[in-house]
Amino acid sequence: MDAPGSLILGLIDGLIALAIVALAFGATALRDLFAGVVLFIAMGLLMALAWVRLAAPDLALAEAGIGAGLAGALLLAAVRRLAGPAHPEGIGDDEQP
Amino acid sequence: MSSPEDNAPVLLRGIAALLAAALGVAIAGALTALPPSSGLRDAVTGQMPASGVAHPVTAVLLNFRGYDTLLEVAVLLLALIATWSLRLARPPAGRDRPGLVLQALVRLLVPLFIVLAGYLLWLGAHAPGGAFQAGALLAGAGVLLTLAEGRPLGPLAPAALRGLAVLGVAVFLAVALLALGGGRLLEYPRGQAGLLILLIEAASTVSIGLALAYLFRGDEPVPPERRP
Repeated sequence: MDAPGSLILGLIDGLIALAIVALAFGATALRDLFAGVVLFIAMGLLMALAWVRLAAPDLALAEAGIGAGLAGALLLAAVRRLAGPAHPEGIGDDEQP
Repeated sequence: MSSPEDNAPVLLRGIAALLAAALGVAIAGALTALPPSSGLRDAVTGQMPASGVAHPVTAVLLNFRGYDTLLEVAVLLLALIATWSLRLARPPAGRDRPGLVLQALVRLLVPLFIVLAGYLLWLGAHAPGGAFQAGALLAGAGVLLTLAEGRPLGPLAPAALRGLAVLGVAVFLAVALLALGGGRLLEYPRGQAGLLILLIEAASTVSIGLALAYLFRGDEPVPPERRP
C-alpha cells in the first residue's frame, strides 16, 4: 500500500480507538441512563469497525448484531421499565398521589 | 434518584481509577511482552480438509472446539428458562400505539431478515457467518415485531415455542451422543462432518433467535386463547 493510504488508515484506526475509550467512559460516567445506553450502542458499533480493521469479520458481525443491537435493545427496554410505573401491569393502574 | 455510589468520597474514586489504570498498563505490558507466535493457526490449517467446512472460524467453533459451542448454546437456553421462570415481566410494548409507518416497514423488513438469516447460516461454511450471527438477525426480527405489534410472536402454541427453544441444544446433544458410538464426544464420523455441522447450526439458529428475542420481551409464551 502507498504511504499516504496507510497514513490515513492509521489515523482512522487511532480515531476509532480513541472514540471507543471516550464512548466507554461516557457510557459509564453519565447520570442519564438513556444517554448512557445510547453511548454504549455507539461504542458497540465502533467496536465492530475495530474488529473489521483487525481482520476479524466474524467477531465484527457478532459484535454489531448481539453486542450493539440486541444488548442495546435489552438495555433500552430495561431503562424504560426502570423509569415506568411501579406496577408491572402498566397502563391504567397508576395510582399517583 | 441517587445511588450509594454517588456519595463515594473523591479520594476513594481516585484510588480506584489509579488502580484500574495501573492494571490496564500492566495488561498492555504483558501483551507486548508475549513472544511472537502464530498461535494455533498452523494446527487449524493442517486439519481444515477433515473439518467438513471451508471457513476456519466455523471449523474451530463447530468441530475442533464444538464442546465450547455446545455449552454456549446451553447457557443461552438456561438464561431463557430462568427469565421465563421469573413470571414477572410483561412485553415491553403497549403504552403508545405504534404508527402505521412502523408496522408497514416491519412487514417489509421481517421477511428480509429471515432470508438474510438463512443466507448467513449457509455462508458460515465458507465465509464469516454462522449460527450466532443468523440467530441474532432472527432475534432482531423478533424485537422489531414486538415493538411494532406488541403481541406474542407468531401463531405457535407455547409448547411448540418451548420445543423450538430447546431444539438447538437437543440436536447438538443428539449428534454428540451419536458420535460417542464411534469415538469420543462430538468427534464427527469422517465425511459427514459438513452435513452434521449444518444440521447443528440450523437448529441452533432457530433456538438462538427465539431465546434472544424472548430475553428482550421478558414474557412467557402465552396460549392463543389467553391472548388479548
